[in-house]
Amino acid sequence: MKEKMLSFDDVKLIYHTVRGEVTATQNLTFTVDEGEFVAIIGPSGCGKSTLLSLAAGLLTPSEGKVFCRGTVGYMLQRDELFPWRTIEKNLYLPLEVKKQLSPETKERARALAEKYGLKEFLQSYPSQLSGGMRQRAALIRTLASEPDVLLLDEPFSALDYQTRLNVTRDVSMIIRSEGKTALLITHDISEAISLADRVIVLTNRPARVAHEHPLDFDGETDPLRRRENKQFSAWFELLWKELNA
Amino acid sequence: MKKDLKNYSKEHLLFLKKRKINLAIVWALRVGLLLFLLLFWELSTRLGWADPFLTSSPSRILNTIGALYQEGTLFYHIGVTLLETVAGFLVAVAAGCLIALAFWWSDLLRRVLEPYVVVLNALPKIALGPLIIIWFGTGSKAIVFMTIAVGLIVVIMHMLSAFLETDPNKILLLRSMGASKLQILRKLVIPSSLSAFISMLKVAVGMAWIGSIMGEYLVSRAGLGYLIVYGGQVFKLDLVMSATVILCVLAAAMYFLVVLLEKILVKNTDN
Ligand SMILES: Nc1ncnc2c1ncn2[C@@H]1O[C@H](COP(=O)(O)OP(=O)(O)OP(=O)(O)O)[C@@H](O)[C@H]1O
Ligand SMILES: [Mg+2]
Repeated sequence: MKEKMLSFDDVKLIYHTVRGEVTATQNLTFTVDEGEFVAIIGPSGCGKSTLLSLAAGLLTPSEGKVFCRGTVGYMLQRDELFPWRTIEKNLYLPLEVKKQLSPETKERARALAEKYGLKEFLQSYPSQLSGGMRQRAALIRTLASEPDVLLLDEPFSALDYQTRLNVTRDVSMIIRSEGKTALLITHDISEAISLADRVIVLTNRPARVAHEHPLDFDGETDPLRRRENKQFSAWFELLWKELNA
Repeated sequence: MKKDLKNYSKEHLLFLKKRKINLAIVWALRVGLLLFLLLFWELSTRLGWADPFLTSSPSRILNTIGALYQEGTLFYHIGVTLLETVAGFLVAVAAGCLIALAFWWSDLLRRVLEPYVVVLNALPKIALGPLIIIWFGTGSKAIVFMTIAVGLIVVIMHMLSAFLETDPNKILLLRSMGASKLQILRKLVIPSSLSAFISMLKVAVGMAWIGSIMGEYLVSRAGLGYLIVYGGQVFKLDLVMSATVILCVLAAAMYFLVVLLEKILVKNTDN
């Protein structure tokens, strides 16, 4: 029996602004198990980013409970590398913030970078890297502080198609080989299918779980191979229908 | 970079050479224009097209400056003005940045004081003249205060808008790492405002000169502004022109110091 890493229990979140209130999520309930890779798809503006902010504890639910075991690492649509820091210094950022900077943790961050092909860029500035490399650096930065849960908010959507396929594959490989629990937000159905162990489909705002599907490609986790699998198009059709219902 | 020179293609070497020539032409024209204007000025007074009593001339300016030097007052006046300007500039920049930081830190403070800042910004500082004289007397203190008054609000507004423009996604990222407000300030808000800081310095240098000369017009008994006012009163246009030329040189020098600082600070960011 795997342990629960993250759970939402009947969560409601209301944004209050001068112009009125917006209910972003309501009766939102789901869980993510340890080591699981869950993808969440939903119509645009339905409350997906809100869900991640709740998971990270940056927002407090108006009703219901959010539970997260351990620490989180956030990864956003754009890499958000700090342009005035070298890649190496960028990787140290979460360590600095958490006051965990030590020769060991630095060494660990550098080892991760080397393992995943960033070694030669450590002394470069972000502007000298390609978009794909930068996003990879952003992932290594997220991993540097060894978070228990990765929260990924459309991390590939700013990349062009070719880069995107490659970076998706790299990132998936890295996350799986590090054995991390991951919650991926995306509006790209095929990305969700090619990456996740389970896909959650949200309703229009206020977001609620509409459908949930465990995906089993006979243990295949390589996104590119999954795309060639014959189950792929069936899943795509189903999810597309559910998303546009 | 230089060691790769031989690896460049012929075309690139040609490109580099062309650029160099281009730059040389621009500089030659700049200097040429200056020389031409000076020459024209000098000749028109010599040939009687213009009255040197009203327009002065380069040679008369040089003589005046030489005379001031011989009297031993040249560097005294320069020193007085320079000290007032630099002191006012430094205080305005430091205080302005601190106040902008406080406004970034506390929403309440900012919202309460913003209208005051806007009104003070619109107020012509020269209107404060009489008050400043009464409060600070007619010495350097009053002039430094005027310099601060002219620069401070501009520094505050410039830096505050830079601080407030900090990328919200980067703030979100830091917050997800558990960063405190102080950490967000130190690791993100301040470094990302560096280029705004430099451009603010360039504006503030100009403001400081406006403030100090304005102050000297009002109250002083020494300094370049004083020389200009005095020269005007006794109709010594040579003195007015000389002080103005010295001011130009000093203002330019201070501006280039800022540019130099920019080169040093921005060197490492490559962005
Ligand atoms: N800080 C806020 N204050 C008020 N309303 C907000 C705030 N943040 C988001 N909203 C509103 O809440 C709703 C959900 O926003 P959210 O960003 O979570 O959606 P999303 O699914 O991530 O959208 P997208 O597909 O564009 O990324 C939107 O209607 C948005 O306008
Ligand atoms: Mg979003």
